[in-house]
Amino acid sequence: MGSVAQRFSIGQRVRTGPVRPSGHTRLPRYLSERSGVIAHLHGLYPVADDRAEGRTDAPPQALYGVSFEARELWGEGASGFTVIADLWDAYLEEAP
Amino acid sequence: MSGDHDHGEHGHDHEESATMAQRVAGLVAKLEQKGLVTEEQIDRTVTTFLAKAGPSNGAALVARAWVDPGFKATLVADANAALQALGLDMSQWARGVTLRAVENTEQVHNVIVCTLCSCYPIGLLGPSPSWYKSAAYRARVVRDPRGVLAEFGVALPSDTEIRVWDSTAELRYIVIPRRPVGSETWTEKELTALVPRDALIGTALATQPAAPHPGPRPSGGGS
Repeated sequence: MGSVAQRFSIGQRVRTGPVRPSGHTRLPRYLSERSGVIAHLHGLYPVADDRAEGRTDAPPQALYGVSFEARELWGEGASGFTVIADLWDAYLEEAP
Repeated sequence: MSGDHDHGEHGHDHEESATMAQRVAGLVAKLEQKGLVTEEQIDRTVTTFLAKAGPSNGAALVARAWVDPGFKATLVADANAALQALGLDMSQWARGVTLRAVENTEQVHNVIVCTLCSCYPIGLLGPSPSWYKSAAYRARVVRDPRGVLAEFGVALPSDTEIRVWDSTAELRYIVIPRRPVGSETWTEKELTALVPRDALIGTALATQPAAPHPGPRPSGGGS
């Protein structure tokens, strides 16, 4: 469940959820079910998933810049880079 | 969808038969038919937009940042404010979108992509190159950025950290390349010539000045 408030702070570890089985999302598949770190707080933005489905009354959610290590995305052989993506609160949970 | 190939030259998926241009034309016709927009409104919007969009905007931002540390600090902290300071109006091309400028340093090289579609700061860079929209670039730059950059002719030291910015939501990214060695005496206006579009994407570096300086300097300016 996404909340309007900013749940996470910079430096906090988070984990992305699964890609929704149907409907629009802006969570890329290669970033689903991966752990990253909150790197930027962008503020509140209307969620693309809601807009695509015409839910104009849906509250905006916190949008975060989340940084993922190469190894987390592609396995042990990958290093020397990070991928940073902008993800809405609803896509994220606190990392265990 | 039929997978049969028994009907001659019509063996293709029907989605492929409608080109993007045809689909856009169909959409425009529908909007006009419903009275939502007129052809004249579309023409005016496109003309205004194209007159103001282009990589010279991005180059102007970078050149100012190179000569003015205070401006660079603003650009990195709040790029929309920096745009305003330079007289560039973002509302022309992307209402509600936030620009973020990421700076290359000795330790870090930045590169931008949109893996989900083709998000791009079009007002600052002009229409995006076809490779930026290609599946190959989008898939590979998040998986092997060093290899992709090498193919673009950008060889980075092995200890340079690469940051790949995937424009998944409401932010658009622009890279501030490093100011080339040898450009110390160049003016802000002259420096804009050293900022190719691809340097603003991160798939090129700023152009190294070939000669010490393009034009004669006023006397007293040193060697």
